[in-house]
Amino acid sequence: MEDKLLSLLIWLPIVSGVLVLATGNDQRAAIARKLALGFSVIIFLLSISLYRGFDVNTANMQFTEHHSWISAFNIYYSIGVDGISMPLILLTTVLTVVVIIAGWQVITERVAQYMAAFLIMEGVMIGVFSALDAMLFYVFWETMLIPMFLIIGIWGGPNRIYATIKFFLYTLLGSLLMLVALLYLYTVSDGSFRILDYHALPLPLTAQILIFLALFSAFAVKVPMFPVHTWLPDAHVEAPTGGSVILAAIMLKMGGYGFIRLSLPITPDASHELAWLMITLSLIAVVYIALVALVQQDMKKLIAYSSISHMGFVTLGLFIFNVQGAEGAMMQMLSHGFISGALFLCVGVLYDRTHSRMIDTYGGIATPMPIFAALFVLFAMANTGLPGTSGFVGEFLVILGSFQANPWFAIIAALTLIFGAAYTLWMVKRVIYGKVINKEVAALEDVNSREILTLGILAVLVLAVGIWPNPVLEVMHTSIENLLRHVDISKCPLICR
Amino acid sequence: MFSLVRFGAVFSKINMSTVYLIIPLVCLTASIICGLFGKAIGRRGAHSIAVSGVALAFVLSLVVYADVQDGNLANQTLYIWAISGGIPFQIGFLIDQLSVTMMVIVTFVSLAVHIYTIGYMADDPGYQRFFCYISLFTFSMLMLVMSNNFLQLFFGWEAVGLVSYLLIGFWFERDAAIFANMKAFLVNRIGDLGFLLGIAAILYVFGSSDYAAVFASAPFVKEATVISPFGEWQWITVICLLLFMGAMGKSAQVPLHVWLPDSMEGPTPISALIHAATMVTAGIFMVARMSPLFEFSETALSVVLVIGATTAIFMALIGLVQNDIKRVVAYSTLSQLGYMTVALGASAYEIAIFHLGTHAFFKALLFLGAGSVIIAMHHEQDMRKMGGLRTIMPITYITCAVGALALAGIPPFAGFFSKDAIIEAVHHSEIWGAQYAYIAVLLGVFVTAFYAFRLLFMTFHGRNRSGTDIIKHLHESPNVVILPLVALAIPSVFAGFIFFGPVVVGDYFGDSIFIIRYHDVTQKIAEGFNGKTGLALVLAAIWHGLFTWPFWLAVSGAVGAWYCYCKNTALPAKIASASGPIYRILDNKYGFDDFYQAVFTKSTVAFGKLLSKHIDAGLIDGTLVNGTANTISGFSAILRHIQTGYTYHYAFVMIIGLFGLITVFVWL
Repeated sequence: MEDKLLSLLIWLPIVSGVLVLATGNDQRAAIARKLALGFSVIIFLLSISLYRGFDVNTANMQFTEHHSWISAFNIYYSIGVDGISMPLILLTTVLTVVVIIAGWQVITERVAQYMAAFLIMEGVMIGVFSALDAMLFYVFWETMLIPMFLIIGIWGGPNRIYATIKFFLYTLLGSLLMLVALLYLYTVSDGSFRILDYHALPLPLTAQILIFLALFSAFAVKVPMFPVHTWLPDAHVEAPTGGSVILAAIMLKMGGYGFIRLSLPITPDASHELAWLMITLSLIAVVYIALVALVQQDMKKLIAYSSISHMGFVTLGLFIFNVQGAEGAMMQMLSHGFISGALFLCVGVLYDRTHSRMIDTYGGIATPMPIFAALFVLFAMANTGLPGTSGFVGEFLVILGSFQANPWFAIIAALTLIFGAAYTLWMVKRVIYGKVINKEVAALEDVNSREILTLGILAVLVLAVGIWPNPVLEVMHTSIENLLRHVDISKCPLICR
Repeated sequence: MFSLVRFGAVFSKINMSTVYLIIPLVCLTASIICGLFGKAIGRRGAHSIAVSGVALAFVLSLVVYADVQDGNLANQTLYIWAISGGIPFQIGFLIDQLSVTMMVIVTFVSLAVHIYTIGYMADDPGYQRFFCYISLFTFSMLMLVMSNNFLQLFFGWEAVGLVSYLLIGFWFERDAAIFANMKAFLVNRIGDLGFLLGIAAILYVFGSSDYAAVFASAPFVKEATVISPFGEWQWITVICLLLFMGAMGKSAQVPLHVWLPDSMEGPTPISALIHAATMVTAGIFMVARMSPLFEFSETALSVVLVIGATTAIFMALIGLVQNDIKRVVAYSTLSQLGYMTVALGASAYEIAIFHLGTHAFFKALLFLGAGSVIIAMHHEQDMRKMGGLRTIMPITYITCAVGALALAGIPPFAGFFSKDAIIEAVHHSEIWGAQYAYIAVLLGVFVTAFYAFRLLFMTFHGRNRSGTDIIKHLHESPNVVILPLVALAIPSVFAGFIFFGPVVVGDYFGDSIFIIRYHDVTQKIAEGFNGKTGLALVLAAIWHGLFTWPFWLAVSGAVGAWYCYCKNTALPAKIASASGPIYRILDNKYGFDDFYQAVFTKSTVAFGKLLSKHIDAGLIDGTLVNGTANTISGFSAILRHIQTGYTYHYAFVMIIGLFGLITVFVWL
């Protein structure tokens, strides 16, 4: 089974999703829920055995499978994992379990479809993280949109149509340019779709820059980077809680992953050439978006902007080309997965009770909901990058790395210490603390055991990674070092840098 | 203390490194139990666990203290937190004279405060939560002082900040409290910004986060410079200034001091433990720990000196006009932290830590004394409504008087020795800014004595000015409150003359503090006592003190306070109205708060609103995104008109087209 494990991780979620779907209408909702939970736990356990079988000492792809798929175009079903995709797959399987538990009582309509959408999406996302064939990657990349489109469009808020169309058009437009780049690479590589072939493909600087920009338009939208970020707050506001969690925790990571897997190794010279642009946009995200987050009235919007600001550290870390920066970027992606996921769950807890996401409808929640308040403050502190939580690890490493590249980058990035704390704690002050503002708040029930379970899983992860990140870093060392070595070697036929 | 040496010998058979580990972990465990199982263990369970936890930590700290006196230092790694780019980041302990001194101070004051809390917080519904927080604080502070590397230092640094945030906002239903805790956290974060960048610079320059490695290579990189838009700078100066920025936040130095007075919104035991005795001294400790770096940058030392001196005198002046008993003590804390910072700037690190220690005792004492008064007065904190409590609360009175005498620096109380040593040290210092600092700390002595005795006289002397209801119920506080007061009063009396000899004349800190020979002002003070030891030395120090300015300034401050608040009680109001603008400036705390509120807080929010509305929603989303969508749909709306579906429209267009084409062909 060992050699088919990765395929199993991609297809079992999709098959189980179809099975859950087959339970049909809401009369059998209980079965659908249990089935979905059972499958997601099995898939999580499978991903653990993938991790256990993973060799941290090689940068080569592991668990590889290679079968002809569309032989006319030389397209292969080619998959594998390395130290960069491994942690992201684990993140995906953990969070799918969490969202399925989180949707347990909350989703009462079309339960089977809801659960199935998340399972199918899980498989497709693992597919993106393990595809080694450009066409396979593209297919998974685009397929991923469909379940999310449905999740927002069916279980979403009142303005969901606007949000889904915006989300869909934004991401599709970016992806199409990526497709053009991939087709170009197909022609210049004499008909290969193997991503690893592209890594070794020599390219003149102009071609590299064009390819970089085409890929950039796909990945920057997903991250999202300033100024193509405005779809995210809208999508989050309209998405149901589970949708927001997966969107923030995993889907945004696709952008960062794309930069690592495609942009940096395929176009190393263009990456160096355009690093100034990436760094500038990242720093704008860190500071400007934080200021915008500060004045949001809607908690989900605030957390969405906070996500964009935190993802700025990912792109910053990747384009300063040193180990601390790149590993910091990876840690930031994982940590942001836990923290933003948890914060969206927290907002979901409140929304389920009062149907409001507005900060000013709350106040003094700590009195009726002490356990919730404790958890919320924990995640808020993690969001401010407090040492001892996972939020610190990535930001710390990226700041160290960028100090080596240029101290001014570090100075600007470190402003997040102030702004990040300002918008997060101001929200905490207005929502959690203070006098209970009205009877509705006074009557709120504290978190139930299901909610404690979902938030508890994430709390444990946030603290564990914060207190001892080394086991996670060890998985990625070899691959990251290999990547950076590769990016440092010019691919131009003539010396171009 | 000395019999403990033998006791320590027994312990050393047990692995000492286990003992180091137990000290912080026992506090963490107590905190977790109180936090997670508060309901199950009940109030009794919570305080039993927390108090015995910190008591054990205190006893073990004494054991380690004795062990260190025997010469057993340790520098050990606990585990590797992370490795990135070949640099290992570790969690580990450095046990030397400096860290063990801090450990004893922290656990002792913490123990006193734990016990006091049993009485002070008896009626509070958040009792278990409170014990959870203060035990967590003790853990964090211990990790901070025991660290052997910069990463863990930052961990502890931020963790104590977190607990401070939670505790200032402990009564989270009070608006003032939740404003104060956010303010404290954010102002501290400004300092932490510098601190974190300082650590990044250290890693960049030294390639290591371990104290030992960094300190060892400091002499070799002192020449290294960095060229910035502001000229060429020594790397070490840049690093020290960035680190000191962190210290300014945590140790509340001007202009990052604004959070500390507001932090008094937290329960009084917290003011004693965190915002007076221990956490706020983290910055002082940190600079002393970094002496192998600061010694190589006279620029940084001068900045430290000037900031410290400014804080020492100007914050003391505000203390003169405060009427809230806790705020008087709070401003006194600011001023005393300034004194410690001055000592650091003068390269008298040992004396800074000496004053840190004596101050921890007498300031915790004053705060807990104030708390005792506040309970008796039914949570009245305005000194104008107090008075005459001397006879009703004799033990509180006596212990507070001890605290005031120690604070004012009257011999032979603890504060006299440490404060006098600071003033002497500045007097001997030759670095830039030392003259200014000398004048500032001298004037500060008068002001300190004045407000200390003003507090004592307004609270305990004269007649009681509160309502009759309160007067009827006034009584001395319960034993759990009194006991810590007495426990803290003892070192407030004796700590000075026990430690003056070893610290100032002897070699108490060994190699844990590094001083370049020509900076060593402590050595110059020691030379003044030409070889005296023991009691003779202490007596010589007191005798010397009686003939110097500070003593007479302190006495005149005390007498002045007596005249104004016991003899001629109408005088203060007259002075206040006569001094007009000066009084208003002091009452307004030099306008720092208003200035920050207007310039930073409000304008940041306004700027955020502007960006959100005009750039994000306006330009990007409105014009570019939806604009594109609207243009396309608008364009297609026009194009749609062409496709009407009527045959005659199409036929008509065809005919026009035909004519058009024919015309073109004919003309060409």
